[in-house]
Amino acid sequence: MRIINRKPSRVTSVTLTALPFAATIGAYALASHYRRLENPADKLLPSLQQMGETFWRMAFVPDKRSGDLLLWLDTYDSLWRLGMGMGTATILALTLGILIGFIPHARSTLAPYIATFSLIPPITILPILFIIFGLGETSKIMLIVVGTAPVMIRSVSQEVMNIPRELIIKAETLGASVLQMIFRVVLPQTLPKLVNAMRLGLVPAWIFLISAEAIASTSGLGYRIFLVRRYLAMDVILPYVVWITLLAFIIDRLLLLLSKRAFPWHHLGGESL
Amino acid sequence: MIRTPIKALGMTALLAAALSAATIANAEEKKDFKVCWSIYVGWMPWGHLQDSGLMKKWADKYDITVDIVQINDYVESINQYTAGEYDGCSMTNMDALSIPAGGGVDTTALIVGDYSNGNDGIILKDKTKLDEIKGQNVNLVELSVSHYLLARALDSVGMSEKDITVVNTSDADMIAAYATPDVTAVVTWNPLLSEIVAQPNATEVFNSSGIPGEIIDIMMVNTDTLADNPDFGKALVGAWYELMGIMSSDSEEGKEARTAMAEASGTDLPGYDAQLATTKMFYTPDAAVEFAKSPELAETSKFVAEFLFDNGILGEGAPSPEFVGVEFPDGSVYGDTNNVKLRFDTSYMEMAAGDKL
Repeated sequence: MRIINRKPSRVTSVTLTALPFAATIGAYALASHYRRLENPADKLLPSLQQMGETFWRMAFVPDKRSGDLLLWLDTYDSLWRLGMGMGTATILALTLGILIGFIPHARSTLAPYIATFSLIPPITILPILFIIFGLGETSKIMLIVVGTAPVMIRSVSQEVMNIPRELIIKAETLGASVLQMIFRVVLPQTLPKLVNAMRLGLVPAWIFLISAEAIASTSGLGYRIFLVRRYLAMDVILPYVVWITLLAFIIDRLLLLLSKRAFPWHHLGGESL
Repeated sequence: MIRTPIKALGMTALLAAALSAATIANAEEKKDFKVCWSIYVGWMPWGHLQDSGLMKKWADKYDITVDIVQINDYVESINQYTAGEYDGCSMTNMDALSIPAGGGVDTTALIVGDYSNGNDGIILKDKTKLDEIKGQNVNLVELSVSHYLLARALDSVGMSEKDITVVNTSDADMIAAYATPDVTAVVTWNPLLSEIVAQPNATEVFNSSGIPGEIIDIMMVNTDTLADNPDFGKALVGAWYELMGIMSSDSEEGKEARTAMAEASGTDLPGYDAQLATTKMFYTPDAAVEFAKSPELAETSKFVAEFLFDNGILGEGAPSPEFVGVEFPDGSVYGDTNNVKLRFDTSYMEMAAGDKL
């Protein structure tokens, strides 16, 4: 049988999935072991056990200075910023996306502008964001919005334009108004795609969240990483990176689940990543 | 299926090899050395040593090679040194204690170059006295010497960090941050400091000349490497003090050297001289040795260790500020004598003072 037709059994599949992860952890443990042979207090590659202890301390032992449980405080603040940023970006993507995709005059006005805007690397306009929105939460949320919304808007408007013309003409023949078409034809067709756009938008959203927190902050996952980087505390940084990855993975899966539950018709096509 | 685990094993070995390739600079005799530095008024001579060929002249004398590498990010340069990529690196006494020494890398202060004498300062917007800082948000690079300066300043007016809120702010964004209305207090260093002080509503309410000799800029080298290769130390010290002699002189040559350093740090001669004025340079080895042997150094080390401990950055699970030992030129030790990781060694500077290089 050719390789493209051979499907792994369930056990093989799980093993294959675990393999690269296990190899990475194994490589790390080895390298860490050899570095610690030379210097038991090595900061660059701390032992798995030490990272576990540090993670436990961050999560369950109140901080000496503030008395907070740092991990949960950081996680809450970061997720709040991410949620606000993604929420704003999603609302923008839906409204502007439908306008651009459905109404030609809006398309002429906005599409080239947003396409241009989306090409600006958001970090380069940071000082401008600071002056407009201050150094507080608003500028961090805005950085996420600026980093994710333009791409999401473009993707949603493209999806709106991809709706088969026949459907629109049919609705028009049946006497639907523009608003009725938006709510009864365009929206149901676009919402599952919007969830997709959100899942794709989450990647830059995390990047901009972390960069925003690195610049001026008193808490957050990115803040902590950049703070302890000052004394090379990889035993804090590595577990935080794993934690962020886990959070991002969970959010992504939740969105997929939401999409499957809310728009089952969109997932009839078979497997999706 | 059989091949896959073998492949994975191979991958593992490769990864492990790659990771440990950044191995700790092994203590052994060698001929080629690398030290790193980052842009700062007191460290510009390191760049000039490399560019002018003075370093090569001294390295040739001892039949070794020394490469002086500039790294654009200060913390990254210390991390690289701590990871073992470099044999030496320029840093402050405080960062030497928290990063390499706290991380178990035995480190020796080879050349005590200068101390900040006004190069670090606290600025308030629309306020003119230090005690008016109470209750404000203070923007600074957290856990840096700025943070230490703030802690010492608050101490001098009977306040503590509890009376203010520290907002970690990247030094790259400090000037832009000061321009926003909600930033009312910043702590930073030169050249950012002079840039911000120049604004009409800014008042410098405290600076490092208020705690002279506490923020010290030093060329730190790996203790084991130095012990096995004394020539490495001799070449660095010899080259450094030859340049110090040239730099501090009023001659054409001195001006030329300072101009080159000014340009390398992105300013001009008057700008660089202004920064030098708030830096107490030790132009002669005698001055540096005298400073390193003074009893104040032990006092400073205690302040610094306590500050680091209070902020939880003195190594993993440090039970007290005395967790990491600091050895002084007279052999006395602050902290744990069984865990001495930072050593002030004046013997090389004394060789320079006695013309024995």
